Amino acid sequence: MSWNISRGVSITCFIVVLLLVCVPLAESRYLIDLSTEIMVYALFALSLNVIIGFSGNVSFGHAAYFAIGGYANAILLTTYGWPLIFSFPAAIILSAVAAAFVAYFCTRLTDIYFAMLTLAFSMLVWAIAFKWRSVTGGDDGFVGVDVPSFIDGRVPFFYFTLTVVTISCAMLWLICHSAFGQTLIAVRENLTRAGFIGVNTRMMRGVAFVIAGAFAGVAGAIFAMYNRGVYTESAFWAESAQVLIMTLLGGMYSFFGPAIGAAALYLLERFSNEYTEYWPTVLGGILLIIVLVLPDGLVGLAKRIKTRFGRVNNQ
Amino acid sequence: MNILDTNNLTIDFGGFIAINNVDFALKKGEKHAIIGPNGAGKTTFFNLITGHLPPTKGDVKFDGNPITGLAPHKIVKLGLARSFQRINIFPRMTVFENIQTALIARDNKSFKLFIPASAQNCQETEELLALVGLDGEALEIAGELSYGKQKQLELAISLAENPSVLLLDEPTAGMSPQETAVAIALVDDVAKSRNLTLLFTEHDMSVVFGISDRISVLHHGEIIASGSPDEVRNNSEVRRVYLGESDDAAT
Repeated sequence: MSWNISRGVSITCFIVVLLLVCVPLAESRYLIDLSTEIMVYALFALSLNVIIGFSGNVSFGHAAYFAIGGYANAILLTTYGWPLIFSFPAAIILSAVAAAFVAYFCTRLTDIYFAMLTLAFSMLVWAIAFKWRSVTGGDDGFVGVDVPSFIDGRVPFFYFTLTVVTISCAMLWLICHSAFGQTLIAVRENLTRAGFIGVNTRMMRGVAFVIAGAFAGVAGAIFAMYNRGVYTESAFWAESAQVLIMTLLGGMYSFFGPAIGAAALYLLERFSNEYTEYWPTVLGGILLIIVLVLPDGLVGLAKRIKTRFGRVNNQ
Repeated sequence: MNILDTNNLTIDFGGFIAINNVDFALKKGEKHAIIGPNGAGKTTFFNLITGHLPPTKGDVKFDGNPITGLAPHKIVKLGLARSFQRINIFPRMTVFENIQTALIARDNKSFKLFIPASAQNCQETEELLALVGLDGEALEIAGELSYGKQKQLELAISLAENPSVLLLDEPTAGMSPQETAVAIALVDDVAKSRNLTLLFTEHDMSVVFGISDRISVLHHGEIIASGSPDEVRNNSEVRRVYLGESDDAAT
């Protein structure tokens, strides 16, 4: 087996993980919380990019699977008293099953029709969470999640998140660089031609959607425990829009771009909140910059700078 | 022995009948050209055979089995591949990956989530690239190749499916006479060495009459003549609607 990972990328990944392992040593609650949240959003954005960057469809409703993972894990842990070892996989499976159901309908469509249908389904999930008060807590949210004692604490939870996110990212990397991943890029590049080399393009897009939903569910399940609660906002379209912007900001044509975008957007939001209460205005500005000058995101920008300074681009 | 048959094949685009009751037979191993003026329905005919468009009426049989209404990817799997008149490649992938992905699909590995793409079918990819003369451009981005080379890549992608029948839609469209000669020699070679049955459309009459075993003439969605090059050349109706005009008008 030869997975073709460039030395630069593997060294960078190693350093990032190493730095994260050392984060709790700084003994800063702020830093630990910040890193935990960024890791969750990075995974969320990477999962969305399987649909956007790899299969070439824009989903406006990816928060649905994040929310389903979160609600499922929270409810199974708390209401039903399941141990984490069962509730966590069950939450992932539920997200994947929901994604499969939606994919069955959405993959009949492409482009804006696909995007609108994903949005519609996500609003359906939001409405269910909102109305099904007895199970989800409705608009008060599902609060008081029973976090298992072995990860109940800032530092243990941080390491739990780091482990799960690292494994998930590694799996996503393998999937995106597998025979499946390369075929998926072909589907993105030319749907018609992909069909004419013998690829069942609808099934490809469906499987990509399910994979993305499952990993969004992982992120959601972690986040529910981190917050000790799940709220209807996590299924709202604004949440889907935010993760979409993260993906675009980082760069959808690179595997790690969305994770970088997630970190960048998250930090920007934190810092801008210290100076202004007009985060949506700042966000609008960022969106304008992406659309007008950064079509390939931050990763694309870095590549352009590299090329300009005449270095060989081996990425 | 017919490898491909159509019966009463018809498509009606909301009142415009682009293909009208076409009965057509492709014999195993032959090189069969379809000619006809612009708008005669040649590309539509290909689209109907390959599952790109569903016919309004009639059916298509491949090797005796009905394939009408099957999805393109299923038809390809049966051994019927095609190329396109307008270049249809994977533009932002490398030339190498274009072929490799087609081979991955042929070997039913498209849904393998945990086998590395970079290790699949490498030797065969290189052989195919060498066959069409693209071995020097393997790592270039496909969309940045010259037009002629993209056409060669298009052919290689179609060949990667290891088809028994290959449909080529204007394989030399937009090529210079020299490029045309090279491309046609290549197609001819490959057809011989791989035992391919070839069905193609072409506007260059010297090519058509040079390499075809049989020729069918499509006019206003109907086949008005079918036979050996000599028979077609001497057919009075063909001369009237088509060959009587200047060669330029045929493009």
